[in-house]
Amino acid sequence: MEWFVAKVFAKYNYWISILIMLIGFYAIIAKENLIKKIIGLNIFQTAIFLFFISLGAVKGGTAPIVSEEMVKKGYPYVNPLPHVLILTAIVVSVATTAVALSLIIRMYRQYGTIEEGEIIEKLKEEGIEVK
Amino acid sequence: MTHPNPDRNIIVETVCRVMIPFVQLFALYVIIHGAGGPGGGFQGGVVLGSSFILYIVAYDLKGGKGRLPESSRTYFSALGLYIYAGIGLLAMIFSRGAAQFLNYGFIPFTSHFTENRALGMDFVEIGIGITVMAVTASIFFDLAEKDEEPDTDPKG
Amino acid sequence: MLSPVEHFPLLVVVLSLFSAFSIFLAGWVNRRSCVFISIGTLIVQFSMAIAILHRVLTKGPIRYRLGGWVPPWGIEYVMDAFNGYILVVLLFLATVCAIYSKRNIEHELPEKRASFHTIYQLLITGLCGITVTGDIFNMYVFIEITSLSAYALIASRGKIALKASFTYLVLGSIGACFFLLGIGFLYAVTGSLNMEDLSLLLPPFYGSRAVRAALVFFLVGLSIKMALFPLHTWLPDAHAFAPSEVSAMLSGIIIEVSTYAFLRVAFSVFTVDFFKGLPVFEIVSWVSAGAILFGSIWAMAQTNLKRMLAYSSVANMGYIMLAVGLATTATRPPWGGLTPAAMHILNHALMKGCLFLIAGAYIYKGNLWEIRDLQGWGRRMPYTSAAFVIAALSMIGVPPSVGFVSKLYIILASLETKQFVFVGVLLLSSLLNLIYFWRVIELLYMKVHEGEHGHVVAVPREEVPWSMLLPILILSSLCILVGLLWLTKIPIPILDEVNAMFRLTGGR
Repeated sequence: MEWFVAKVFAKYNYWISILIMLIGFYAIIAKENLIKKIIGLNIFQTAIFLFFISLGAVKGGTAPIVSEEMVKKGYPYVNPLPHVLILTAIVVSVATTAVALSLIIRMYRQYGTIEEGEIIEKLKEEGIEVK
Repeated sequence: MTHPNPDRNIIVETVCRVMIPFVQLFALYVIIHGAGGPGGGFQGGVVLGSSFILYIVAYDLKGGKGRLPESSRTYFSALGLYIYAGIGLLAMIFSRGAAQFLNYGFIPFTSHFTENRALGMDFVEIGIGITVMAVTASIFFDLAEKDEEPDTDPKG
Repeated sequence: MLSPVEHFPLLVVVLSLFSAFSIFLAGWVNRRSCVFISIGTLIVQFSMAIAILHRVLTKGPIRYRLGGWVPPWGIEYVMDAFNGYILVVLLFLATVCAIYSKRNIEHELPEKRASFHTIYQLLITGLCGITVTGDIFNMYVFIEITSLSAYALIASRGKIALKASFTYLVLGSIGACFFLLGIGFLYAVTGSLNMEDLSLLLPPFYGSRAVRAALVFFLVGLSIKMALFPLHTWLPDAHAFAPSEVSAMLSGIIIEVSTYAFLRVAFSVFTVDFFKGLPVFEIVSWVSAGAILFGSIWAMAQTNLKRMLAYSSVANMGYIMLAVGLATTATRPPWGGLTPAAMHILNHALMKGCLFLIAGAYIYKGNLWEIRDLQGWGRRMPYTSAAFVIAALSMIGVPPSVGFVSKLYIILASLETKQFVFVGVLLLSSLLNLIYFWRVIELLYMKVHEGEHGHVVAVPREEVPWSMLLPILILSSLCILVGLLWLTKIPIPILDEVNAMFRLTGGR
């Protein structure tokens, strides 16, 4: 029981992050609709961001801005570096989603569908094999 | 008596007409206060861009494009980058090659090293905010375009 | 005081960024000027890269602190012999492809010229950034800049290229997320992001599971980016259906820079001492042997010329990673350490860049995508086809071309480590290369017969324009000249210094 508490309950942030990562990964692989794949990719990336930010959490910590109360309490602040890294990674994620959505829109104008299976069928009719 | 246009929704339009200036003011606040609180260039830029997205949601795409045409978006994105990289290069130029890129302390805004650094950071954030605004608005304006002809390349 | 050369690593990156947005603005005014701004910027960057390499070889590494902040709190750009070498290769191929792209893009995408050159310059920004940086999170940001530009450039042709780019986008983003996870694990264990600082802080933690998991995440994430079998499935479609100079850049340098990123992480962050007792490099070499065989076999089955070249790229990434797998065990100079791998990065860029530009020339002239349509074109486009023969002979491994030198060094490294299976794999793949390249060469020079009595038709000579022919001829002549250069061992000291820096060669 102690082993269980130490391994699972104490590190619940890692377990939740991995669970959400796997949900996102499943959506990327198993869903046929292209927009659902992109949503899965976003879920996957969000889980990684949660993992990173949970690394920097400090018990009883506040925002890392120096103020009078902080000086009194002895500077308990959350580690700001993971937050900054994740801001950059969120920008990357937004850009990736924007590029993916514009590709999907052009594919929709081209083929009239956004289901991956139907697009592969239409390409096979034109004689081109894609994976 | 004029018939109401079904495409226009008077409540949404009025609310947005009141809200958009405040959204933009908040965005400027977020950009400037990035050094002392949550915020910064990217966050403020996204809020500023979203004020334009709110405009095209409430009104139509044509009106939005009239307010922020493609040429303006191009100029703003380039302007923001020039401010950012320009301030970085100014640091190298003013110290005649002794300082590195983005070492704002060497730019002679004022006479104190740390004051110059703070001012340099603020200018760089403004530059980033302008570019992010232009790019975010561009993303939404381009995704909202009506259908066009598909590409006519015979072979893929 | 910093000398001007010390500013060059940063200027290489910032100059591309400036020129990307200047091209974006110039596109509104005058569309024809875009390509000239691009080519001019690349020539300036290439001369800066040569100056950096000269400085690094004569006086030692350049360390550049961004913003004046001291590392490990600040971001640092570190140029040593390995970076400098890769930067020169990268910018050379980029310049050549930009010169080629002038006519090709006017022909294929006339109204999108400004956007194409903007994104091309952003791609160069990302690639140069990966090469010069010494901070591991900065490397992640630049990897994503490169990848996003690549997705956009591949999709610029429309139709099938959209689906190919979408697949590459999903897989490439997963790979980059794994890279980010690896960074997260290392940060959780040490609290630092600077590569040199990590190499000093990690040794007490070498046995911990977090650090080993970090290495696995780096390996898998970067294997997706460099298309190492079996994570290569995005590559054939993406390289085949992109515009030709983008295919040349993709096969020639983008996947190689991901290999550089892996080597930088493996040898600068986790130093050689981490891998003692771990079978990482054995697994990499066996997987690469599979890549070589499967890539060559699948290439034989293709009917589309660019797809055949794309599968050949899969096989060549197998060569590079096989050389990497042998790097820790093969220690005798001149074939020990990272020398064969670094050598093949340059050689593959020359050969595969040339081949993709030639394939683009055939598409430009006659819209020839399938191999069987190439019949008789050898006489119609004599210079292009001669360049194809030279590049194909180089891929097969005929002395004294660059391909021969690479294979020779990898075979010598496998003989030193007594892995005779790899020697067999390499010889077999050379045979397979011969089969599928000879098929194309034979068709090119076959006479075209028409009519009932089989008269030989006299074919007119039509070549591609000079701005497209010049890059092809430069690259194909370099295939032979650089091969001679490697054989006389003139540039080997650069790679010896790389090996010494990573402590890979034994008794130097």
